[in-house]
Amino acid sequence: MSQNFRLPTGGRVNRAKTINFTFDGRRMSGLEGDTLASALLANGEHLAGRSFKYHRPRGILSAGAEEPNALVGVGADEGHYSPNLRATQVELFEGLVAESQNRSPSLRYDWAGVNNLIWRFIPAGFYYKTFMWPRGAWTKFFEPRIRAMAGLGRAPRAPDATTYAQRYAHCDVLVVGAGPAGLAAALAAVQGGQRVILCDEQNELGGSLLSETDAAIDGIPAVRWLSETIAQLRSAGSVQILTRTTAFGYFPHNMLGLVERLTDHLPGAASGPRERLWQVRAKQVVLAAGEIERPLVFPDNDRPGIMLAGAARIYASRYGVKPGQRAVIVTAHDSAYRAALALYQAGVGIAAIADVRANPQGGWVDLARKAGLPVRAGCTITGTSGRLRVTGADLAPLAADGTVGASERVSCDLLLMSGGFTPSVHLFSQSRGKLVYDEALGAFVPGAPAEDCWVAGACRGVSLLSEVLADGFAKGASAARAAGGGPVPARSFATTQAPATGGGFAGALPHGKNPASVRAFVDFQNDSTAKDIKLAISEGLRSIEHIKRYTTTGMATDQGKISNMNALGIATDVLARPIAQIGTTTFRMPYTPTTFGVFAGYARGDLFDTVRRTPVHHWAQAQGAVFEDVSLWKRARYFPLPGEDMHQAVARECRAVRAAAGIFDASTLGKIEVVGPDAAEFLNRMYVNAWSKLKPGRLRYGLLLREDGFILDDGVIGRMSDECFHVTTTTGGAARVLTMMEDYRQTEFPELKVWLTSTTEQWAVIALQGPKAREILAPFVEGADISHAAMPHMSVVECRVAGVPARLFRVSFTGELGFEINVPADYGRAVWEAIFAAGQPAGLVAYGTETMHVLRAEKGYIIVGQETDGTVTPDDAGLSWAIGKAKPDFVGKRALARAGMGEGVQRKQLVGLLTDDPQVVLEEGAQLVADPAQPPPMTMLGHVTSSYWSATLNRSMALALVKNGRARIGETLHVPMPGRVIRVTITGPVFYDAEGIKLDG
Amino acid sequence: MAETMARLHPLAAVKTVADAHLLAQGPMGRFSLRLAANAAPAPLGALGLSLPLAPCRAAQSETAAALWLGPGEWLLLTAPERASAVEAALRAELAGQAFSLVEISHRQTGLSLSGPRAAQRLNAGCPLDLDLASFPVGMCTRTVFAKAEIVLWRTGVEAFHIEVWRSFVPYLWELLVIVGAETS
Amino acid sequence: MLLITCPFCGPRPELEFGYAGEAHVVRAQDPREVSDLQWTEYLYQRSNVRGVHAERWRHAHGCAQFFNALRDTTTDHFVATYRIGEPRPDAAVEAGR
Repeated sequence: MSQNFRLPTGGRVNRAKTINFTFDGRRMSGLEGDTLASALLANGEHLAGRSFKYHRPRGILSAGAEEPNALVGVGADEGHYSPNLRATQVELFEGLVAESQNRSPSLRYDWAGVNNLIWRFIPAGFYYKTFMWPRGAWTKFFEPRIRAMAGLGRAPRAPDATTYAQRYAHCDVLVVGAGPAGLAAALAAVQGGQRVILCDEQNELGGSLLSETDAAIDGIPAVRWLSETIAQLRSAGSVQILTRTTAFGYFPHNMLGLVERLTDHLPGAASGPRERLWQVRAKQVVLAAGEIERPLVFPDNDRPGIMLAGAARIYASRYGVKPGQRAVIVTAHDSAYRAALALYQAGVGIAAIADVRANPQGGWVDLARKAGLPVRAGCTITGTSGRLRVTGADLAPLAADGTVGASERVSCDLLLMSGGFTPSVHLFSQSRGKLVYDEALGAFVPGAPAEDCWVAGACRGVSLLSEVLADGFAKGASAARAAGGGPVPARSFATTQAPATGGGFAGALPHGKNPASVRAFVDFQNDSTAKDIKLAISEGLRSIEHIKRYTTTGMATDQGKISNMNALGIATDVLARPIAQIGTTTFRMPYTPTTFGVFAGYARGDLFDTVRRTPVHHWAQAQGAVFEDVSLWKRARYFPLPGEDMHQAVARECRAVRAAAGIFDASTLGKIEVVGPDAAEFLNRMYVNAWSKLKPGRLRYGLLLREDGFILDDGVIGRMSDECFHVTTTTGGAARVLTMMEDYRQTEFPELKVWLTSTTEQWAVIALQGPKAREILAPFVEGADISHAAMPHMSVVECRVAGVPARLFRVSFTGELGFEINVPADYGRAVWEAIFAAGQPAGLVAYGTETMHVLRAEKGYIIVGQETDGTVTPDDAGLSWAIGKAKPDFVGKRALARAGMGEGVQRKQLVGLLTDDPQVVLEEGAQLVADPAQPPPMTMLGHVTSSYWSATLNRSMALALVKNGRARIGETLHVPMPGRVIRVTITGPVFYDAEGIKLDG
Repeated sequence: MAETMARLHPLAAVKTVADAHLLAQGPMGRFSLRLAANAAPAPLGALGLSLPLAPCRAAQSETAAALWLGPGEWLLLTAPERASAVEAALRAELAGQAFSLVEISHRQTGLSLSGPRAAQRLNAGCPLDLDLASFPVGMCTRTVFAKAEIVLWRTGVEAFHIEVWRSFVPYLWELLVIVGAETS
Repeated sequence: MLLITCPFCGPRPELEFGYAGEAHVVRAQDPREVSDLQWTEYLYQRSNVRGVHAERWRHAHGCAQFFNALRDTTTDHFVATYRIGEPRPDAAVEAGR
């Protein structure tokens, strides 16, 4: 097959450049400038897909974004495969590989076409009523089968091999749509001295002008006016022109989302991103989105070869394609006469123009009559024939009272329809602008805007070319003025006018047949019919939003483009209420389907999120450390030696710390420098502890609550001087704590002279823990005496470590003698390596977070987020000793005094658990009960918060929150697990060195 | 052993590619200075400049720069070898009033981005209007680039200085390189 | 993405801001003086306005300042933004209409 339906002349295709492509494996050719749809039509192919539910053969209906039928999968391989692309918008390129969807094994022979035979049993909402019994059958049996049969394309089978770009942009005036109205608006905005972005979804600017063969503008042919206007805009310098760019969403405060398709139209492996997401903030927006032709609703109006009249004209005039040999036109609008004439001039036989209006009149009608085209006024269509292609139309006289006469079959291979035009109000509606029903136009048009937005041309119902241009220019000028530009004098455009058009119809055409026996499609994509809408109403649904959901009309990608007005027309007939009262459904973004890739943008793979690594990270990596994610950080979890598993590595690390020394990267701890004359007072009000009497050079464990009295965070705080505190937080809590403290500083205690600065990343923190910690560290320290007498537990000194200025903390989270060495981060790695090397003779090992967790659990030290869950008070956690009882106030203090928070209430308290069988390690999160034989629901007394194998104790151990736990020490509880019950004994939470002797080495 | 330890740049482990317009800067002296928002300090001899009081504006001298980041908050930049001298001089000059001066030399690092497409590259992740009229030379602010917080300072018509916390540098760097390789 | 006028930095994109709940929820000067019920209301009761809502935002990735805003929850349009400590400006706005 080679373009037998290509006209010898005409169109904007490049006849010198043949393009080869395949469709369902068949090799075909088209021309440069074709879409996949126009190329298929040039090859005589209308059959392009199978319908969503009934698997009916479907053809190309439209020539644009509204296409509901011709959805194709495109891509030479799975990494470049995109499903559900509209063939009307897929640009042809050499080597394009496209396939039809929702058919098996082939488009022509589709076994699921049986759905088309049992259609009476699967009306709208059938899945709400059927398949609900027996229980479980829906998910196991029916749903998978329905999903396999219904639907659109398939997901690609390989990860997306392309990349996507994103950009933020700002402009004074954003013009959406570059048809005549949009171009004129851009001209005016430029003239007003404004920064303009002009975008259009097509590959060329021009919109309807691209298929305008009749009119002249300001004395020159429209296409020449178009190219001169584009040249003028390009030379202006202040206009960014984006073609192949769909404005898909209108978001608050004049931000619009655009998708620019960069490489989809290019052959071969294109370099660079496939698409770019533009997030444009515009001072003013001009919407010039045009209009969409409405199909007519009549029995079997969905056969391949049935097309919108305007689309047929576009194929002939823009692409030089003859969409058929012999056409029947059914219309309620004058514009179909224009299409008939264009096709007639292209050599298509016009078998009949059936006009449902009794007395059509007007310029185009007269021209058609003059040309001798067979016009049948007051004529409706009652059905069609054909299977994979329409073969005939049943035309019947329509009396003024609505009665339908006897049908006559008129043979044809092309059936064109026009019910008039629907303004594209999608973006305006997304912006929450109010739509109003225009009785004269028979359509919803933009009313009061909710954003700084202007609507121009056909998308507000203006149709005459000269008026569209003038309207666009006026709106562009207004937008420029509103954006702060200079005044732009009004401009008129002289057009040698194509005759005016008018008319229109919304609803289902009368057909005189038993309504139960026919299917007249309202929404082609969702396979919903006039009968479905009537069924929905007869079942009691009244709101158009409910009717939409029950029938799925206008859902998914259609978003009302094709179906909205006809559905409303049917509803208004049945409900006998005017459309204006019924209202319209909500238009949701995106305007056309948008790839997930473009939303993900750069956030893929390693750049999915910011991965934070410490200065010591790559050393640990080289040592073979296994990492875990802690908030955004990567932390070394354990350092396995060759052949060790985690259990063995952690046991070895634990024993080394207890017996000799361990080195641990604590750099991720949050750090906040609290500075100012009121620093101590500020901390008094934030933390539960008392800070005023803490001497410089001393540390204190700080506990931070939320205002509701529950533990938010903890950390050791050092007083560096009278007016300076070094506050540490948990790794995950750093940002949260700083935000909360800033909140109180700025809004509750603005009178305090104190400032907060995050120093988390200023310092690398090297924890050196174990009985040999001091002897390993001592040779590195200059300017401080770190002997026990001079530097006891919980003290801090500024000195030099390994020649680097340091804040040296004597602190322990292991229960052993310990130091935390804070050095400027750039030096962290070098200091770490020096200490690590020097400590080897003493048996120093590097340990990770898992060992840290075990060691601290042996000591009963809590971890916020593990022992706490947002409902744990200081007393619950056994930390009420930390509270500065004499303080009048601190965050959370008042809440702790509320009923239910303290004395006399059986709250869950932190305790230890020892299993009867020392080898059994409990599962964290496991529930504790007193009576394992109690039938469910059992009385749950608490849960396990931390559980480990302790190499030190040579047995398992756990921490738990248990109701009234401290009073239950010594009691036996049970942990019911699948297949067994584990007996545990409640103990105190400290398993190791309860006296704290080891802290001093 | 005084400061013989090797400094490790936050980008040390990142495979860098040649990019004429993107440059990672070496060590720099950095301080976060806080004063009461209504305090209007006289020129600071330690810096050789007056702190900018206009929101989002930077001031520069031969030896230092001060970037307004918030009311009463400035980011001070100096040469690394001058950092301790500047700190001591500032503490002496500000003595007697409440202030906070915290060294953050190692907390963050600097990148410079220049060239005719510099603003466009930034707009791949930064949602600000970087048109010269809206973001003139000398303007500075904290903002975001994709998922990282940055300080952005326009030092020339086609030149920006970026400050970012050290653990975010690799992310920022790699993204800017990717964006730079995109055709405009 | 909303465009929010920071009282210090001017109009800036929402990405730079953090939402911080209802504004003008007063923490008692001396919490010891208030009843359990009053404190519970301070902690948990919020007005959930349909219409103009006084709320707190923080220019977290900007000047770091908390401030107050009046936003119409039905349209997302900001009526005003103002600094902490300044009175709620509704009265002035009403008068200006």
